[in-house]
Parts: sequence; C-alpha cells; structure tokens
Amino acid sequence: MNINLTLIGQSITFLAFVWFCWKFVWPPLLGVMKEREQKIATGLEEAERAGKDLELAQRKAADQLKEAKEQAAEIIDGANKRANQIIDEAKQSALAEGDRLKAAAKAEIEQEVNRAKEQLRARVAELSVAGAEKILSINIDAKAHDDLIDKLAAEL
Amino acid sequence: MAGEAQTATEYIQHHLQNMAYGKLPAGYTRYDGTVLQESTWTLAHSSQEAADMGFWAVHIDTLGWSIVLGMLFCFLFARGAKKATSGVPSGLQSFVEMVTEFVDKLVKETFPHRNSLVAPMALTIFVWVFLMNLMDLIPVDWLPMAAAGISGNPHLFFKVVPTTDLNATLGMALAVFALMLIFSVKEKGPIGFLKELTLHPFHSGKWYIDIFLIPFNFLLEAVSLLAKPVSLGLRLFGNLYAGEMIFILIAIVFGVGVLGFIGAGFLQMGWAIFHILVITLQAFVFMVLTTVYMAMAHDREEEHKNDH
Repeated sequence: MNINLTLIGQSITFLAFVWFCWKFVWPPLLGVMKEREQKIATGLEEAERAGKDLELAQRKAADQLKEAKEQAAEIIDGANKRANQIIDEAKQSALAEGDRLKAAAKAEIEQEVNRAKEQLRARVAELSVAGAEKILSINIDAKAHDDLIDKLAAEL
Repeated sequence: MAGEAQTATEYIQHHLQNMAYGKLPAGYTRYDGTVLQESTWTLAHSSQEAADMGFWAVHIDTLGWSIVLGMLFCFLFARGAKKATSGVPSGLQSFVEMVTEFVDKLVKETFPHRNSLVAPMALTIFVWVFLMNLMDLIPVDWLPMAAAGISGNPHLFFKVVPTTDLNATLGMALAVFALMLIFSVKEKGPIGFLKELTLHPFHSGKWYIDIFLIPFNFLLEAVSLLAKPVSLGLRLFGNLYAGEMIFILIAIVFGVGVLGFIGAGFLQMGWAIFHILVITLQAFVFMVLTTVYMAMAHDREEEHKNDH
C-alpha cells in the first residue's frame, strides 16, 4: 500500500464536494423542509381551530333548533287557545242569536194572538149584537146599548 | 476467478494493487526487463513499479471512482434540492429529504454550535462514503475485467472501491483534520488553541507549576489530536479493506470445483448481506466522528473549565 499524491487529491475532492453540498444542496433542501414544517404546523392549527368552530356551530345549531321547537310549541299552543276561544265565541253568539230570534218569534206570535183575539172579540160583538137583535126581534138602538155590548164583549 | 496462468497469490495481489500513474526515473528496469532511457510518466505495470514511483503518483482508479461517485451524490441531491417544493414530496425528493433530515437531526444532537458547514459536510460524508463503500458489493471481478477488456490490457490494475485505498480514507481524514484545526483557531484564537494544547489536562492554577506541566500536556494533547484523523482514516480503510479481502478470497473459491462454486456462492451472498450493514455503519461512523471532532474544535476552554 503506497501513500502518494492520491492522498492530497482525495482531500481536495472531499473539500470540493463538501463545498458543493454546502452551497447548492443544503440550503434549498433545508429551506423547503422548514417551509413545509411551517405549513404543516399552520395546517394543524387551522384544523384544530376548524374543529372548535365546528363544535361551536353545532352547539349553536342545536340551541337554535331547541329554541325553534319551543317557539313552535308556543305558537301551536296559542293557536289552539285561540281556536277554542273562537269556537266559544261562535257558540255564544249563536246562542244569543237563537235567543233573540226566539224572543222575536214569541213577540210576533203574541202580537198575532192579540190581533186574533181583537178580531175575535170584534166579531163576537157583532155576532152577539146580531144574535140579540134576532132574539129580541126588536130594533134595538145599537147606540143606546153600546155600553151593554161592550160589557159583553169585554167579558168574552 | 483466478485465471489459469495466475496463482492465488498473484490474483490477490493483482486485486489489491491500484492503478498507479507516476514518474519512473531514468535507468529504471521495468517489469519486462527494458531499461528506461529517461524518466517517464506512465502507468505502473507491477506492484514494485507502483512502489518505486514514490509519493509523486496518483491512483487513477481511486480518484476516478471517488469523483464519479461524489458527482453522483451531488447530481442526485442537487436535483432533489432543485426540484424540491414545500408541497407533498415524492420520489427522489422524499428520499433526499429523508437522508437530509436524518443527518440534520443527528448533527443537531451532536453539534450544539453555530456552523453552517458541519451539517452539509456530514451529509456529504455519509452519502459519499456510503456510495464508495457500496462499490464493495459489486462482484470483485466485474469492473476490473470490464476495464481490462476495454483497455485491451489484461493485467490492468483496477481497484473499484476507493475506501479500500488508504490514500482515500486518510485523505478525507486529513481534510477533516485541517478543518478541525481551522475551526479551532477560528473559534478560540491561536492563543486559545495553544492554551488548550498546553494547559490540559494537567492544570494547577499556579503558573510556576504549570510551566513544568506544559511538555506533558502538549505531548498528551498532540497525540490525542493526531490520533483523531489517523484513527478516522484507518478505521474506514481497515473495515473496507478486510471486507474486500474476504470477497477476493471467496472469489478464489469459485474456481475450486463444483462444490467450491456452490459454496462460494452462498459465502458470497452471506458476506454481501452482512456487508450491507458494515458499509452503512462505517459511513455512519465516519460522519458521526467527523461531527464530534468538529464539536470538539468548537468547544471553548471556558466551557471546559466550567465542567471541572
């Protein structure tokens, strides 16, 4: 094994390759790797934040849903109440109308009865006068006996 | 596989010789008996010639494969880096990023100081050394035979694993060592660095005692400092050289009958699978140790004092 100039040659070669790597290989590679590291770090951070946001949004949505349900229930309740109220009112107004109609009918009937009575009375008076005229066969002065006839009619 | 004309020893020696290109002096008797009229630059044709070239020779195969594999690393990673986006990574980019992140994490753990060079250096070492080690898994004869066929020289020396060449591993270790010294001086100042070398580990706090401790301290510190690059380079070399050696030995067994062929097949596979671990581990160790040494170079004396 001879030691010769190769020794120096190899040293120079070695230093040349080290220099090359130092200048042209290491800096871009490490730069890229660091950049990616940062990217991944921010990516993870953002993912975490997004997860939190999602959770928050879900909670919010659930809250809103609950609220909406409550509101809906309230509205339905109100509507039911109102419907009952309307039905009640309608019933009452119907009853009142019925009563009023009944009363009007009654009044009319009474009126009719009275009128019929009046007519009947008048008719009876006439008939009784005619009957009395016939029975007595005398000319009774109708006017002289008006009081008597009236008394008779009133008794009917 | 050992050729008919080759003995096992020759085969092994042939495989362990690098393709050396150097200067042979005038009057040198070459491998074929011819005598050189004047000094010439040429490829060594024998181990003896390679040794006689002395220091002023280069291993073309080692340097060549190192550079090719280093450029492969640069190409792959520069491409990955160029196309990189901070979106979802895919294919080459995710592979490149995976390796880069692995190295970056490791460097951040072992190297607490501010120096933008250390992490890219660790990445370069890890991938480059791994690629060079990976050449060990290619069957030992494929590339040398191909090279011999292409060049037309059947005795061409061609070693494809750069990290089995001591020059390569020590060369890298030396570069690391140089960076260690530079960063030490830069971080602590020349005085601080000298202090670190001379006032540790023995330190009394009284200057007239410290003066006599300086030689001992310096001896200890110098040895421990020099041991770092040497051990760094030798560890990688030793592991890969041993692994390569086993592969060569297994390759010889292929030539020994049918049983030898089958046995060697299993051995080769087993050793290769085991070696996947070894080559990765050695690349990793080289990277980690380099990072640790860099961290040591950045450790200030004050911090040492606080430790006590």
